[in-house]
Amino acid sequence: MNGHPENILEVDKLITSFETDRGLLRAVDQVSFSVPEGKTVGIVGESGCGKSVTAMSIVRLLPQPAGKILGGHVFFKGRDLVRASDAEIRRVRGGDIGVIFQEPMSALNPVHRIGRQVAEVFRLHKNISKRDAWDAAFEMLRLVRIPAPEKRMMDYPHQLSGGMRQRIVIALALACRPSLVIADEPTTALDVTVQAQILDLMARLQSEMNMSIILITHDLGVIAETCDEVVVMYAGRVVEKAPAEELFAHPLHAYTKGLLRSIPTLETPSKSVLHTIPGMVASLAEHTHGCRFCQRMGRISSGGGVSRERPAFAQISPGHWVETCHYCYQP
Amino acid sequence: MTSLLSISKLRVHFPVRGGVMLRQTGAVRAVDGVSLDIAPGETLGLVGESGCGKSTLGKAVVRLLKPTSGNILFEDRDISHLSQRALRPLRRDFQMIFQDPAESLDPRMSVRSIIEEPFIIHSLGNRAERTRRVNELLDRVGLPSSAADRYSFEFSGGQRQRIGIARALALKPKLIVCDEPVSALDVSIQSQILNLLVELQKEFGLSYLFIAHDLSVVKHVSDRVAVMYLGKIVELATAETIYRDPRHAYTKALLSAIPTPDPLARREKILLEGDVPSPIDPPAGSAFGHRISHPLYQETIGMDLALAEISPGHLVAADPCCLSTEDWRKIGHGIVPPRIPG
Repeated sequence: MNGHPENILEVDKLITSFETDRGLLRAVDQVSFSVPEGKTVGIVGESGCGKSVTAMSIVRLLPQPAGKILGGHVFFKGRDLVRASDAEIRRVRGGDIGVIFQEPMSALNPVHRIGRQVAEVFRLHKNISKRDAWDAAFEMLRLVRIPAPEKRMMDYPHQLSGGMRQRIVIALALACRPSLVIADEPTTALDVTVQAQILDLMARLQSEMNMSIILITHDLGVIAETCDEVVVMYAGRVVEKAPAEELFAHPLHAYTKGLLRSIPTLETPSKSVLHTIPGMVASLAEHTHGCRFCQRMGRISSGGGVSRERPAFAQISPGHWVETCHYCYQP
Repeated sequence: MTSLLSISKLRVHFPVRGGVMLRQTGAVRAVDGVSLDIAPGETLGLVGESGCGKSTLGKAVVRLLKPTSGNILFEDRDISHLSQRALRPLRRDFQMIFQDPAESLDPRMSVRSIIEEPFIIHSLGNRAERTRRVNELLDRVGLPSSAADRYSFEFSGGQRQRIGIARALALKPKLIVCDEPVSALDVSIQSQILNLLVELQKEFGLSYLFIAHDLSVVKHVSDRVAVMYLGKIVELATAETIYRDPRHAYTKALLSAIPTPDPLARREKILLEGDVPSPIDPPAGSAFGHRISHPLYQETIGMDLALAEISPGHLVAADPCCLSTEDWRKIGHGIVPPRIPG
């Protein structure tokens, strides 16, 4: 497995479950993908598809005690993070892997000044003096293009706008020059003009620092603009993955096609009937065999020759993988 | 009468209080001099970033908020300063759909009571008739009649939005203000709700004031689009025109920022510096000129930046900071000497 040195991260058959009143729910069901060095991999899907849980499993930030990794491997630079000790994972998290969360207000401590919070990362991960950490924090704020950083260092998070706060969170994530950044819906809470600023900033920092990025979003537009490779998730599984241009030009899975056709673009004729996907996102509590999307389309209950086996995940063309369900694989 | 709704110079200000005596120290100028109208059967899209005042405008239109000044003519009748009592019989004609159906539907009421309530308030029909209407409405928005006896929290986000739409439709209104009706929904559910709204409009001849921050969604449902920035409309035109030929610098920046779901079409973006200024003590002159530190900003202080017609039906703020030299020559008031850079 771990034989591709160009991949900084390899997720292999990862299984994450949550213990709930209704039993064990498999939020991530044998997910595999890899992140090449210096590239951006997008994970896209609707709410509850397991995209955030996949990302949080990588850095082992699952809600405790309910969330558990039950199987699979996460090789980061050749080391299996699933089996790493807690001390090891703490060193990696915030160190060599940075994490950016959706809601910057909940990622920042409201009672500490910005400067102290950014400096803290340096104090924790690098053995340097308070003074040096403060200077390093100042440099980080400059790097993420915060205007008047010396003034902002003394501010509290609530004094900043949403876009500025997200820049601070990016500064925290990038403080230790990580080789991988996991960004979970980094721009969903922001306005489009601010979103454009933040995506632009991330792209610039990525090329300056040669980082890899895992970008989790529900927005196919953001995926198309930023990602080199795309992983499409549905109900805890990867249904399709491919290089971005290939995926948007030749989607092979019925779910990917449905998603792409559902969004109105500026080219869609006004008030025309939009494509819809019937039903709603599958609940993880129901049914774990067979093709999950067939289940949503009502093909499983009716029997009708739909296999109850999980469809094979196969490579159709170089780098383009798809779940080859008899109904949903539509070349 | 050509317009169903006609707003002129509408202002909604919220007092800001401070100090020991909680005296008014300032005002949030959420809506600051907006004029627009909506024809029967028309959808007017209202776009802008958070804090620009679009939701406040929507709420003022259906009189969930009292305007500070200005007029709201609904079918030629001024409703802007009517009392709640005087408004009640008129409320049948204008309804609202909210962004988060989970928050706008009472969790202690069954779906039947939620949809039936408007009939009771307006003393319409007996119990049997009301039940029949509730079933009709549920059917119309694509829910089974068995839904009536369940509670709103038992439904998914998309279904809850259908319940909200059924309630808004109950009294056969003429205008529905839709405040971000699909932004909390998943992509595949969003298209179901948009299709439903378009169908209902055709069927009942509804007018919509459609408020959203997603410009592609607004383009899809709207006949005309108004772009709002810091409490003011800066550009208004048909949906087609505003996307094909935007004239205001803010509209251009906003449009260029929309991510397109096509990796081959990655476009050059107009990246704006900074954020939307605060509506408390907004800049004295051109608000957008201030944000982009335009060299002509100082000149716009005290200038009338009202909308002017640049071509038939296409209105844009007469603001020298935000228009091309050519456009400014066409509609400018000639106050600024023509020393426009670029």
